[in-house]
Amino acid sequence: MKQLKKWMLGATTAACAMYAAGSAQAVEIEYWQYFFEPRVKAMETLIENFEKANPDITVKMTHFPYADYRTKVAAAIPAGQGPDVVQLFYGWLNDYVNAQLIQPLPNDVFPPAEIEAEFFPMVQAMKRGDQYMALPTAVRSLALFYNKRLFDKAGIDGPPKTLDELVETAKKLTQKDGAGNLSTVGITTGMNAQDHHWFREVLIRQFGGDPYMDNYKKVNYNTDAGKAALKYYSDLEFTHKVTAAGFMDEPQAAFKAGRAGMHIDGSFRIGALNKVRGLKWGVAELPAAADGTHSNYSSYWVNGITSKATDEKYDAAVKFMKYVTSDEAMQVWLDTVGELPAKPSAAMTEANANHEVYGPFIKGLGYAKTTIFANESGQRQALMDMVGRMRLEDQSVDDSLAQAAGEEQKILDDYYN
Amino acid sequence: MGIYKRLSISQKQIVWAWGLLAIPIVFYVVVRFYPTANAILLSFQEWNLLGSRNWTGFDNYVKLFSDPTFWKVFGNTFLYLILGTPSSLLLAFVIAFHLDKLRFMHGTIRALYFLPFMTSAVAMAWVWRWFYQPVPIGVFNNTLATFGIPQIPFLNSTTFALPSILAPAIWAGLGFQVIIFMAGLRAIPQTYYEAARIDGISAWETLTEITIPLLKPTIVFLVVFSSIGFLRIFDQVFNMTTNDPGGPLNSTKPLVLMIYDTAFNSFDMGYAAAQTVVLFTVLLVVSLLQLRVMRDK
Repeated sequence: MKQLKKWMLGATTAACAMYAAGSAQAVEIEYWQYFFEPRVKAMETLIENFEKANPDITVKMTHFPYADYRTKVAAAIPAGQGPDVVQLFYGWLNDYVNAQLIQPLPNDVFPPAEIEAEFFPMVQAMKRGDQYMALPTAVRSLALFYNKRLFDKAGIDGPPKTLDELVETAKKLTQKDGAGNLSTVGITTGMNAQDHHWFREVLIRQFGGDPYMDNYKKVNYNTDAGKAALKYYSDLEFTHKVTAAGFMDEPQAAFKAGRAGMHIDGSFRIGALNKVRGLKWGVAELPAAADGTHSNYSSYWVNGITSKATDEKYDAAVKFMKYVTSDEAMQVWLDTVGELPAKPSAAMTEANANHEVYGPFIKGLGYAKTTIFANESGQRQALMDMVGRMRLEDQSVDDSLAQAAGEEQKILDDYYN
Repeated sequence: MGIYKRLSISQKQIVWAWGLLAIPIVFYVVVRFYPTANAILLSFQEWNLLGSRNWTGFDNYVKLFSDPTFWKVFGNTFLYLILGTPSSLLLAFVIAFHLDKLRFMHGTIRALYFLPFMTSAVAMAWVWRWFYQPVPIGVFNNTLATFGIPQIPFLNSTTFALPSILAPAIWAGLGFQVIIFMAGLRAIPQTYYEAARIDGISAWETLTEITIPLLKPTIVFLVVFSSIGFLRIFDQVFNMTTNDPGGPLNSTKPLVLMIYDTAFNSFDMGYAAAQTVVLFTVLLVVSLLQLRVMRDK
């Protein structure tokens, strides 16, 4: 009996020791992102590669529908129940950093000087003090999509290179029915889609302005440049009548249906357009200003390490972060999702830069700016209402712009004070 | 167990009654009363869902009452109520009154009126949204254009957008109201009508002196019920104006959409809670007023 007791004690101790050793060997970290099939597939590939290289770490991915994602993350992370590594939209980072829910990336593994040398410059928005809080795998930029069939039919040889050419091209592409109603628009319009980015970061800059000051805390577009930009933008609809707001319900729907000659959209639209049968489309860089000025807007999702990851989980999370921000991971992301690599070394390879679809977007990244939003939907609404007032209440360019600048400044003041 | 055994039968019955009643009570306390109390508390705080909740006193309410958007939205909410409740009730009554007298295909027609009530509000809102589109995809405008009539900017106009959104909401609720009205009509004893006929009372007088007064409980129920529905309108507006939520220029935004926007786009939870408390108060006051006004003397 005594013998048996001793043996059992020994066996239990051995089992405990083995279990402890086993758990020390296999660290499991949790990764969260929103559900978009190619993104999930790309991440599965990355996790597989990462686990092969690091057999002692397993990564568990959880994804949620996009509509719930922001709320789910915001509810889970403060409760200490969420992921160790999380994907966040760059614009949300501020709130997470202020609430100390995101840990800075260690300087020895992610030296800021190296990041600044390797990544596209807009990634610097992720720096707080002398440390980076989060980094993207992929970035998105804007370009001009155009319908090749409609171009051929109108006898236009290629996409417009300048803003003036854009107006002329749009005029040729616009078609009206017998009653004078638009049946095909030259270019889509709608501040609700990507146009508010085009206006903010591209048109205002091209007309010689700088849309914000003080690190995006102060609105600076109620200027002559802003007025010229708004006049150019609203003239498309109200003077040249080459477009109409709400045509075919949504700008991208009009383009998909072949009822729009041109459409400004982000690189994330590529996948959806590839699925449209019978649509022959091309991509070009956003048209330059008369003096040749180019600009673009870039946005991105970043990966960050949450405050939940400690000790060996933190080390594993750092290793995982290092991998998902590597050139290899960026190429996987580009091939699977169609989103552009966040580093010139991965983006500017000959094959990528000369790619007929990705090329124009990648060129745009070189001179793209990233708006730091306090409340993107609120700030977008200010610009939508700006054009809405001109359409529905005949407000002048100057008054409407001034009112929009005031509304947006109020949102920024409420947020930062 | 010993204590339970010593109880008398009536005491045991009380224990069981409370035991069973406790389930819904606990349920209500956990999923209704606690969150409600918490929301009222939150309306005096500032919270972005991530950081800590900070007390701000009446700041949220001060901000709310000095926000011109809030007053616009407040007006819209009542516009939905003032336009929606009378027109839907009148329509439902007229339909129910005539349907009640109809024998031919009675069941089928009743089912047709009830069908929209069973349809998902989201699906219906999207179908109507497409109906309202300008040429070349909107049914209404395509028809107008065929006859050479200028297009109506249903959803792209500050004047037409709110009634355009209200129309499918009224249509969707119609089936339910028709059924309730018909039940009310059937409950009126036939003897009153027979007596009226013998006395040679006109059809109009029969309607105003017998039918409508005796329908009062039904009308009170429907007025309160549909008022709450219109004050809380959200699905139709949200789905029909996703391009410009509550637009154009806030002309269709109801209070619930503003709450949603403040909470889940601006992540300003305290401010959203203050709006919720205001909505709650409005609903309470309107319901109590209606019950009082329409109470039997």
